[in-house]
Amino acid sequence: MRRVLAPHQGLLAGVTVITVLALFPFTGAESWIVNIGIFTLMYAALGSAWNLIGGYTGYISLGSVAFFGLGAYALALTFQHIGVGNGLLPFLLVPVIGIVVGVISLPLGFIAFRTRGLPFIIVTISLVIILQYLALNLTAITGGAPGLQVPLAPFPPGTYEMYFYWAMLVVFALTLLACAYVRRSRLGLMMFAVREDEDKARGLGVATSVPKFAAFAGSAAFSAMAGAVWAYYLSTVYPQFAFDGEFLAMGIILVAYLGGIGTLWGPFVGALILTPAQQYFAYSLGANQFYLVAYAAVFVLVMLFLPRGVVTTIADKTLRRRRRRISAAEDSERQADAVGDVATVG
Amino acid sequence: MHLLIQAIILGVLTGGLYALMTSGLTLTFGTMRIINMAQGVFVVCGAYIAYTLFTYFTIDPFLSILISTPLMFAIGVTLQRFLLRPIRYDAHRLSLLMTWAMAIGIEGILSFVFGTDFRGIVTSYQNTSLTLFGYQFPLVRVLAFVLSLVVLVGMYLVLSRTKFGRAVRAVSQRESAAKLLGVNTDRTAALAFGVGAATAGAAGAMFGLVGSFDPASHYDLIGRLLAICVLGGLGSNAGAITGAVVLALSESLVQAELSPEWSSLPFYILLVVVLIVRPQGLFGVRSRGAI
Repeated sequence: MRRVLAPHQGLLAGVTVITVLALFPFTGAESWIVNIGIFTLMYAALGSAWNLIGGYTGYISLGSVAFFGLGAYALALTFQHIGVGNGLLPFLLVPVIGIVVGVISLPLGFIAFRTRGLPFIIVTISLVIILQYLALNLTAITGGAPGLQVPLAPFPPGTYEMYFYWAMLVVFALTLLACAYVRRSRLGLMMFAVREDEDKARGLGVATSVPKFAAFAGSAAFSAMAGAVWAYYLSTVYPQFAFDGEFLAMGIILVAYLGGIGTLWGPFVGALILTPAQQYFAYSLGANQFYLVAYAAVFVLVMLFLPRGVVTTIADKTLRRRRRRISAAEDSERQADAVGDVATVG
Repeated sequence: MHLLIQAIILGVLTGGLYALMTSGLTLTFGTMRIINMAQGVFVVCGAYIAYTLFTYFTIDPFLSILISTPLMFAIGVTLQRFLLRPIRYDAHRLSLLMTWAMAIGIEGILSFVFGTDFRGIVTSYQNTSLTLFGYQFPLVRVLAFVLSLVVLVGMYLVLSRTKFGRAVRAVSQRESAAKLLGVNTDRTAALAFGVGAATAGAAGAMFGLVGSFDPASHYDLIGRLLAICVLGGLGSNAGAITGAVVLALSESLVQAELSPEWSSLPFYILLVVVLIVRPQGLFGVRSRGAI
């Protein structure tokens, strides 16, 4: 593990970034900008959650969206059948949904982990397709294609977006905290071992199931929390967008790749670049064919020119420069010594 | 009973077409170790080419394959050359995203050119059926099935008898060894990707004949094709054909006997069961290490 920042510097940076993000709505930003902020944080949270499984254990999962959708439906169903009040109260439900979906993900993980490598990717895509299919057809529970309605939150119009912005920020901060913790823990080391060589890791006595299932369930839980907040914000859930295998599934991975997979801040940086761009395309080009082409072009450019991601590239450069500076200092020291030696001899 | 056998007939006929679509996926996976997420959009592309040639030049879809196949081959080789070959870092995974980007981009271009309405190729023999022992054999599906078989057999012959085929098999066994023995692996990969796109082009013409399609059809299609691959075992041709027939057969049976909404469910259940019992797929080879 190469780190650019020392632990205390990292914590300081994290707290600073989250604080700045929390204060952002007070700058008097218009609601459409806060709206973009919500989606940026959603992608940042989803990308970081995906990083747990895809970046740390190396299992490229397209299943994040499945759990995102489950979280969204879980919130809508709780509203419909149990009733959780209104206003800020439903936000308390979000972590519960996260835990429930995390548990639900374990048996699904058992099926997916029967495979690895490319088949694993396909199985996780199939998972999304199957769930979308069930959401479409189990009309008695899910309401079919029109989906479910969630009552509109009674927040004043001017500040309506802000609450969801902060909720999404909390989900993102929690995801980031979990990632930061995992990276420094024994569990994280196990995950990285699985990524580098699962068979060797097992040969050396790593119980590889533990990091795999932990990453899968953790990723699922945080994705579900993002999904729940998203559903409450849009106040509607339907199969096409809850289990969106076409844009969301790939968008999450693109965000992670753009930022740098396996890095702590990569998904956030990726989301910061990609989501506003994507929203801009959607607004200016409309949700039409040009939007698709522009989106594909961004994809292609990232893959061709920045495949290792922004954070990884910058971190590599910084580390290299630092190393060069250290070796330069050593060199001059050595020269000084040599000069001294010569002087003594002379 | 009559309905059951009729459903089986339809299922097998459709299965042949799916097998043809999947064969391209198997080929690219075999040679390049990548999953071509654009295979679905290549099929849709083939359908639009056939549609255009039929509507504006009144060329029969089965004849238009002679045009669409080389065209799709050229498109495939070009895409491989300029978008896939430059990927050097983490190529297997990034190629997956890159082919997906191709799929979205081509979908965008298709919706720009043709709009997002559903289209269909309506020929004079659209509703003609052959009747044999009291069972209906829709002409279009029979022809599509026969043509799929011809292309599949042709591909088998190319892979097993020609120098190109030997290169493909060598690369799929071990790329580095093939390179050492003088196989131009870059060229082989490009040709294989092109051939994969070409089979999709041929399949697309028939896909357009048997049903209606829009640019977004590829999403549903690639999901099915990938599921077929996993069921049969990734990289296995026999597996792809078996998976395709199982998918089409189960859909057709459930549609006829139970309900059209749930037609895909048995296949998905089967897929999950197969993954639990035999994760490498029906015909897959169990491999150690990252596949």
